[in-house]
Amino acid sequence: MSRRRFNPDRDVAEWQGPSVRYDLLKEVSVAFAVVLVLAIVFAIVFSSPDERAITLQSWSKAAPVDFVQTAMTELDGTSGTATYGPPYTSTPGASQKLGPLSLESLVGVHIPLDTAQQFVISPLRTLPDVPVLDRAIAEYQSAPAPRKAAWNTAYEKAVAKATFSAGTLEVPGGAYGPVGTMMSHLLDMARTGALDGALTATPQLYGTDYTKPLLFIADGAYMGNVASNRHLLGEQWGMMNETGNYPGQAWLWLYTLWYQVPPMNSSSNGDVEVWGIMMGLTVLLALAPFIPGLRSVPRLTRVYRLIWRRHYRAVET
Amino acid sequence: MPTIMSAPAVTAVLVDLSRPGRYVHWGFIQISVANLVVIGLMLLVFILAIAIPFPHGGKK
Amino acid sequence: MSTISDAPMEPAGQVGYRPDTRPTWTGRLRRRAVATLPPEKLLPDSQPSYVASWIYVFGALTLGAFGVVLASGAVLAVKGPDWWHVSSAGLFVNSVHLWGTELFFFFMVIHLWGKFFMAAWRGRRRATWITGVLAFAISIATAFTGYLSQQNFDSEWIGTQAKDGINATGAGAFWNVLDFGQMLLWHVLLLPLVVAVMVGIHVLLVRRRGVVPPFPAKGADR
Repeated sequence: MSRRRFNPDRDVAEWQGPSVRYDLLKEVSVAFAVVLVLAIVFAIVFSSPDERAITLQSWSKAAPVDFVQTAMTELDGTSGTATYGPPYTSTPGASQKLGPLSLESLVGVHIPLDTAQQFVISPLRTLPDVPVLDRAIAEYQSAPAPRKAAWNTAYEKAVAKATFSAGTLEVPGGAYGPVGTMMSHLLDMARTGALDGALTATPQLYGTDYTKPLLFIADGAYMGNVASNRHLLGEQWGMMNETGNYPGQAWLWLYTLWYQVPPMNSSSNGDVEVWGIMMGLTVLLALAPFIPGLRSVPRLTRVYRLIWRRHYRAVET
Repeated sequence: MPTIMSAPAVTAVLVDLSRPGRYVHWGFIQISVANLVVIGLMLLVFILAIAIPFPHGGKK
Repeated sequence: MSTISDAPMEPAGQVGYRPDTRPTWTGRLRRRAVATLPPEKLLPDSQPSYVASWIYVFGALTLGAFGVVLASGAVLAVKGPDWWHVSSAGLFVNSVHLWGTELFFFFMVIHLWGKFFMAAWRGRRRATWITGVLAFAISIATAFTGYLSQQNFDSEWIGTQAKDGINATGAGAFWNVLDFGQMLLWHVLLLPLVVAVMVGIHVLLVRRRGVVPPFPAKGADR
């Protein structure tokens, strides 16, 4: 094998010079102690944030009209979740693309969700015998599609003008058939906390999967408003922020940055574009030692002259 | 809180960071003061780590 | 029942016994390991004289912070996910875990900057650099699953926002950020294990190749 020409950005002449005393174990031990003390001091001085989660119950109590309006979009299949595309639904044209490639569609629907059934009708069926509700559900389910659609539209129109006072939802009258009964029961169910239970219920005793309630809550306006007040929205660089005045995941600054600049800030494929960029940049960082130009930056910036100034002073005089 | 050495005393928040966050807006850049402080400190510590002479270094 | 012979068994090492000297997997591994990383390289008590800057302590500080994060995380795991929400001692341990994480990234990023400006990949140290970058990337994922495991407003907001990014890559189908149980197990077991292995390889590579020498001095022919 022929020897390659010496490249200062790739090769070194291994050190033949003097050594100095060094204690690896002591250095690591002292470092651990220092960080432990710092972390304990910060913990005592600053504590850590723990803002109560939003539940379907707290949401439907704080913003009952928003809850019912959102629940209606789950029933008629127009909510964000119902039209999401993979991995939740097979909504055509909903998946993000990187050029011609849609990784989402390639992988397909792995967490299938039918929001009308799973977010509205099935939970209502778990309520103990309420004849008027049972009749409403039966009527709704057996109705032909055009009639269902007409009820849905009528209720959407009415609920847009709904108010809530003294524990009662006031929806203007309209030809929405059984939908009004279903929705008012769903609201009651949510306000008692039973809907949270119904959406996390599993055949086992303990449910640990919060996909359904979280998607439902995120479809409403309430959670976004709470987040916006805390400066957590995506367009507010929210990804790297924390509730309150705590530092957040500042190391996500570059990931967050790409969401703020064109074309990603307005693209319907923004997420996959940002991920593509970040994966590319991570590979670039990992392979920096191989990339001509990039690997010369340290030599050309000459910061190393400062770091090793004692060494250079010694060998250059 | 006058309690001494109880758990609540240990975790007493001396500086309350749970109040609404403060943010700096600079063109399209928005950053929380807390994150700005962290990033600023990182740069400062980096510069100091290079600038401050390292003690000892006697030849072996 | 058959009769048991009372004749003594032939002891090893006696006349006629030939020791089996074929190489064993274990022996090969030991010889290889010691040749690659002799004890004085693995646990050095001297360093080249150019190692004289505070910038060199940030690797050890990152390791120290990793230790604090693992220890405080172990306490949180022992007590279970609900504990820190309802107990002030729990909140304190959670705070140590959070600030340990902030310090971990703080020191790791300074370590990264320092190593970049020293071009620490020179002289067959590229694998050291790559494992360091991988450890950084996997640490981000680990911290992220921690944020998702908080069971508070922060975690549900992060989850509902981040799902779009993860789903867009296709990974969301298998790695569901809205599934608390799944994210918690990734956070307390799988990802820390990967970080620990990656950091371990990284540190062993540093020990094997040593600290990168300075760029050639002015006037030096090489």
